Amino acid sequence: MDALTGAWQWLTTAANWAGGKGVWHRLAEHVQISAVCLALSCLVALPVALWLGHIGKGGALAVNLSNVGRAVPTFAVLVLLTLGPLGSQGEWPTVLALVLFAIPPLLTNAYLGIREADRDAVEAARGMGMSGPQLLLHVELPLAYPLLMTGLRSAAVQIVATATLAAMAGGGGLGRIITAGFGNYDTAQVVAGAVLVAALALAVEGVMVAVDRLCDPMRGRRRAARSGRGSRARRGERDDHAMAVGGAA
Amino acid sequence: MSVPWSVTAAAWPSGQVPADPGGPWVPQAAGPGGSDCLVANDWICGAYLRTRSHELLDATVQHIGITVASVVLGLLIAFPLALLARRRRAVAGAVLGLTTVLYTIPSLAMFALLTPVFGVSVAVVVTGLVLYSLTILVRNILTGLDAVPAEVREAARGMGYGPVRMLFGVELPLALPALVAGIRIATVSTVAMTTIGSVVGFGGLGNLIASGLEGFFKAEVLTASVLCVLLAVAADLLLMTVQRLLTPWTRPRAGARPGGRRAPATKAVA
Repeated sequence: MDALTGAWQWLTTAANWAGGKGVWHRLAEHVQISAVCLALSCLVALPVALWLGHIGKGGALAVNLSNVGRAVPTFAVLVLLTLGPLGSQGEWPTVLALVLFAIPPLLTNAYLGIREADRDAVEAARGMGMSGPQLLLHVELPLAYPLLMTGLRSAAVQIVATATLAAMAGGGGLGRIITAGFGNYDTAQVVAGAVLVAALALAVEGVMVAVDRLCDPMRGRRRAARSGRGSRARRGERDDHAMAVGGAA
Repeated sequence: MSVPWSVTAAAWPSGQVPADPGGPWVPQAAGPGGSDCLVANDWICGAYLRTRSHELLDATVQHIGITVASVVLGLLIAFPLALLARRRRAVAGAVLGLTTVLYTIPSLAMFALLTPVFGVSVAVVVTGLVLYSLTILVRNILTGLDAVPAEVREAARGMGYGPVRMLFGVELPLALPALVAGIRIATVSTVAMTTIGSVVGFGGLGNLIASGLEGFFKAEVLTASVLCVLLAVAADLLLMTVQRLLTPWTRPRAGARPGGRRAPATKAVA
């Protein structure tokens, strides 16, 4: 309880929110680098995943990538990049690490989404004379949407978590409040920083769920399909799997 | 990342070997007596491995200890939780929802939140890792138990199996592939996440990574990182072997019976 009241006091002290080491600045750093890296990793991963899924090749790569991503410690990669030649280039080690760890969930889920798009629907579309790009855009992509968004959600959560760890390797962001607290043996600050980080991570997850619902191209129609063909169960399993890929930071 | 000297040197025509600040290239440079790499702060350094082997061993033992403790404790908690969740769907929703929320919290924040509870101790790291492993384990145990074919259950009941004997004699063996798949995922991600425990000084190989960062000691960081990945791969292979030995029936008849019970395992691993 002592720690909680201490943390509350820390959070309600205006001085802790202002300035270059204040919460607002650290939050801005965290959100900014996370958003940039999410956009970058989408730019890298999604075209590759959609293309591989469309031509139906590279399944082993897409699946193994997430296994590899799980086994490699985020902290080690952050430190290796910081000590490497990129280390003197400001935020670049962090950006690269964040993008690297966001790619597996994005790529694996998008690939599986396209691959598992209802074959009958794809065949029917092909029979109607749709070209490759039309097929991808109007049939496979809408059908892959749930998994695509699962991947995006995992990637976003993963990036926020990894950006927290960047503080341990000398980067900015909200993690800095925690590491600085550990450095000063200031438990109140440690807990306050942790509360802020946890709140941000949960907020990002919430925003992604809301975006998922709002943008769903089959909004309202999916429910009917679900009850009939058990696709809900399938999606549930994928969620599980994607989660395992996602938060390992 | 640098490569062993022999490879780099072979890629250059003779006479064009780039100047090395740690000394001119000689085939034995990385061999016995070559402590130049420590001075030059090379990524790969045989002298480091020799002189600090006890440090590496201690860190590896701590790493394995934390990982094993976390996964075993996680399993001991996840199993009754999964059984409870299977009984009551309301419990299932609560358990799955709560573990998902826990999984979303970044590990550094998790360890920081647990620090006032346990003080700066190994319990912080183990508790945090147990909470993460719960998410994966509970889901996989539930998936495995749900996939047990209803007719098998009926047959066992007809043979007079009670609920306990049914669970341990019929359902659990059939759910084993999914269970082990969950343990593999949990173990591999726990090995990786243990490194972050270095924030409270109990991170196994992560401690070496952290001290290497502080002292700008490249060989220490790379060696510890590689060991960490090797540890994860070794644990994964070990568990895979254990599963093969425990479930001999999944091997020979894999093609013969396309039953539903193998599906959750392969999907969860994927």
